[in-house]
Amino acid sequence: MTTHPASTLQNKQNWRLPLLVLVTAVLWLILWGQLQNLADWFTYQLIGLSADSHLGQSLNFFVYDVPKILLLLTGMIFLVTLARSFFSAEQARAALGGRREGFGNLLAAGLGVITPFCSCSAVPLFIGFVESGIPLGVTFSFLIATPVINEIALAMLFGLFGWKVAALYLVSGLVIAVLGGILIGRLKPERYVEEFVWQVKVGKGIGITSKLTLDDRIRDAGRSTREIVSKVWLFVVIGIGIGAGIHGYVPEDFLVDVMGRSAWWSVPAAVLLGIPLYSNAAGIIPIAHALMEKGAALGTVLAFMMSVVALSLPEMLILKRVIKLRLIIIFIGIVAAAIVFTGYLFNLVIG
Amino acid sequence: MLNIKVLGPGCANCKRLEQITQKAVDTLSVPAQIEKVTDYGEIMAFGVLSTPGLVVNGQVVSYGRLPSLAEVTGWLVDSIE
Repeated sequence: MTTHPASTLQNKQNWRLPLLVLVTAVLWLILWGQLQNLADWFTYQLIGLSADSHLGQSLNFFVYDVPKILLLLTGMIFLVTLARSFFSAEQARAALGGRREGFGNLLAAGLGVITPFCSCSAVPLFIGFVESGIPLGVTFSFLIATPVINEIALAMLFGLFGWKVAALYLVSGLVIAVLGGILIGRLKPERYVEEFVWQVKVGKGIGITSKLTLDDRIRDAGRSTREIVSKVWLFVVIGIGIGAGIHGYVPEDFLVDVMGRSAWWSVPAAVLLGIPLYSNAAGIIPIAHALMEKGAALGTVLAFMMSVVALSLPEMLILKRVIKLRLIIIFIGIVAAAIVFTGYLFNLVIG
Repeated sequence: MLNIKVLGPGCANCKRLEQITQKAVDTLSVPAQIEKVTDYGEIMAFGVLSTPGLVVNGQVVSYGRLPSLAEVTGWLVDSIE
């Protein structure tokens, strides 16, 4: 009973990369479990700071949070990109064709979250959806969900605020996308779509299924993870640095008056402030976390983060090629209003 | 003669796909014509919604992701045969 040498070789090649992923995952988990011990050892033993001092607290916070968030980001982005490799805009278009409002909006919001999407594809995606007869309201549910639910924000919320807040963010993002899309659909948005969009014909040149192997998917996910992490890690470190300073030096309840639940104007102010801050989403969440410890309300903080990731002016301007400014303003207005409403709701419900 | 089209409005990945394709053509040293397609109407005529896309001799071989040099070389070899 000897195994055929050729087949063993092939098996080895098939399983090498998935096995590497598995081993990395185990190492990741071990490191994850030891983070607080490592941070304590580093701050109080190696550097020798006192656990009661401001500097000791700030440094301990920093050396705990930086590896924790970077680990989370790396793991999360890898998993999300791997999962997304099974979906495509072309598949989403096929799945949404012929759907009515309501269920169509829900499906579009869900697909918006899991479909890989880059803002440079927003225009062909929009035209492709319109061409296959998908209602504009449903298309907008997709276009809202895509940025509102951001995997970087989700990973960081999970790491810093816990799974409940991350789940709240995910669910309210979906609700905003569904309701926002339905609302836009009611406003007869066809008026504001550029003429040429109705003329474009989408070819049937490609099949829906892709022939990627698991190894291809793992390699793609690994490459995207390296790219994204190398782009955001500095913002994360700076953000956590500022957060650590706030954690150690700003007195408790310092922000209750300006960002607490009783300050009604803080939610819209947070949303307005979030619009121009897109590129720094990764750095802003740790600061927001530190602010919450000092008395800022959860709804205000969530509204701020959603505004940072969802309402980005450059992406809106890309859509200007296919829809008139009027509809872009309506789009921004509805999403901003929905985020403000979500902020108030959380401030009201969660004490 | 290979007729290659790189589909993409000019995003970072589209430019990288063009470089990878050029490299693949150079390594194989086959006669080929690489054309950049940036017009949305033309891109979508191939049924591609997610860029970058790669078309070899009229066949869409990849879209919505950045393939590796080995993959692109493989597609070119397949098209020559």
